[in-house]
Amino acid sequence: MMKCKKNIIIIVMISILVFSLGFGANAKAFRVAVIMPSSINDLAFSQSMYDAMVAIQEEMGKEEFQFVYSESMFVVADAAAAIRDYASEGYDLVIAHGSQYGSSLVEIAPDFPNTSFAWGTTVNTFSDQGITNIFAYEARSEEGGYVSGVLAAKLSQTGIIGVIGPIETGDAKLYVEGFKAGVLATKPDAQVNISWIGSFSDVALASEAAQTHINVGADVLTGTAQMVVGAIGVARQRGVLWFGTQADQTSLAPEVVVANQVYDWTVALKPMIQLVREGTRGGSAYVLTLANGGLKIVVNQEALVRKTIQDIIEGKIDIEL
Amino acid sequence: MEAIIIGVLKSAIRLATPYLYASIGETIGQLSGVLNLGVDGVMLMGAFSAFFTVLKTGNLGLGLLVAIVVGGIFGLLIAFVNVTLKAQQGISGIGFYIFGLGLSSLLFRTMIGTVQTVSGFSPLSIPLLSNIPIVGEIFFRQNILVYGAFALVPISWFILNKTPLGLSIRAVGQHPEAADSLGVNIVRIRYLTVIFGGMLSGIAGASLSIALLNVFQQNLTNGMGFIAVALVYFGAWRPLSVLSGALLFSTVNAIQIWIQVKGINIPSDFTLMLPYIVTIVVLAAMAKRYVRPPKALNKPFERGE
Repeated sequence: MMKCKKNIIIIVMISILVFSLGFGANAKAFRVAVIMPSSINDLAFSQSMYDAMVAIQEEMGKEEFQFVYSESMFVVADAAAAIRDYASEGYDLVIAHGSQYGSSLVEIAPDFPNTSFAWGTTVNTFSDQGITNIFAYEARSEEGGYVSGVLAAKLSQTGIIGVIGPIETGDAKLYVEGFKAGVLATKPDAQVNISWIGSFSDVALASEAAQTHINVGADVLTGTAQMVVGAIGVARQRGVLWFGTQADQTSLAPEVVVANQVYDWTVALKPMIQLVREGTRGGSAYVLTLANGGLKIVVNQEALVRKTIQDIIEGKIDIEL
Repeated sequence: MEAIIIGVLKSAIRLATPYLYASIGETIGQLSGVLNLGVDGVMLMGAFSAFFTVLKTGNLGLGLLVAIVVGGIFGLLIAFVNVTLKAQQGISGIGFYIFGLGLSSLLFRTMIGTVQTVSGFSPLSIPLLSNIPIVGEIFFRQNILVYGAFALVPISWFILNKTPLGLSIRAVGQHPEAADSLGVNIVRIRYLTVIFGGMLSGIAGASLSIALLNVFQQNLTNGMGFIAVALVYFGAWRPLSVLSGALLFSTVNAIQIWIQVKGINIPSDFTLMLPYIVTIVVLAAMAKRYVRPPKALNKPFERGE
């Protein structure tokens, strides 16, 4: 009888071992849910996060890393409901990709102590409120903004540069200020005109803002957030240079997009995932910078060459020999 | 100074264009007694279908035609639900808005996938008129859909006020019983106005995606269809007043953009409110004027036996 029991135990042990070998990868897959304010193909903020998810999945494999997402969650109450749903479904990490979701996270996170949450763009993990399962992430978008500003100042013939922003907050504000600082450091007498649209989605108003910038003499434009596609269209039509940010916008207007600051959130997400796997649920903030590779500048040579040739043809550039 | 005025007014004319198509269409529908709150959804469908057609074929005329057909089909559906099925018009309109928003987003996702640009209608200078100083630059060097929007105002005024059809439309919206007893086919008139309104909403969307912005992304209209409905009330169901409302809103918007671009020291939060504040103030100032909505607006027709 004793022997029989022993045999059973051994069989059970072996089958557990076999099971964990065969299906272990699947059981241990890291599952992430993302809530995004706009669509995954907005060529801006939401797309930058989606691209990071895809990149991590490609690197870790579909067995090791799985993600789901809810997009166009511009209504914060809907987003909060989605965050709660994902947390209840047992995802390892729930990412609320937008600074508007912070107050919802403070409400929800304490109810799910075994789930990790992350949000951005901010460095506030709410650890001062005793919450231990929230990560934060931010992009130092002023760094790439500064680089673009320096280039813009060099390229502008009129010395007038137009900037189109959504709402004066978050990474948009940082980008705009960094860009302006870059221009003025390079060309102190340049004029940087800034207009805010008051919305992340009003494409028509962004387009008219671009028209107005060009009408007052701007020959280089930049802007941030997903409604700038309207402005890029105008830049393309009127042959004015464009500097992009958040995602690579070159495909929209390869003739005029000079450079883009691209966010690579994998730099923040990978250490986050590592910590969660080791049992730490939150408490740290990650910042994308040029130094850590989270910010990249993607230059489109074609636009530069084209613009220079055009300026020589039109006599805007005087080559002094 | 001259350049500023030209720039601001040119902007205003462009901004007013989609509103004009959508508002005039809505005006005619409401005059016949049908409230359609789904304008924004139909605009989105028109914007998407026009953009997709131009992206695939490069044919702008075909793109416009497809937007008109798609808008007309939506108009037909809206008329069926509101006129034949006698649904609550406010509720069904919101339903059509959400349907149009969702369907255009879904089609965009599956058929295009990422934000792209097309070459849309380019400005078309009208001979002689475009040479008039200032005025020519502002009004007569626009694209063809802008001209269409402004031409629609006198045309719709003429149809509504000077033709038997216009009389029937207004009669159906004011006194459907009387119109019915005189042999006017109420259902047919309402189908006609709502389908026509749908076509104009389709063009309104196309004016964004293949003429003014030349781009499509999800929720491109950003609620313009609702402003268009508000402009119908602002304009008291008269095409000329709808035009002045659209121009007022758009001009103040163009001015506020210019104020920001010129770096005039007013907080952007305030300048962004200006178009709405001015519109509300004007509306309040004119509130004493005798305005009556069509009596049968929002009421399905039941023939009293």
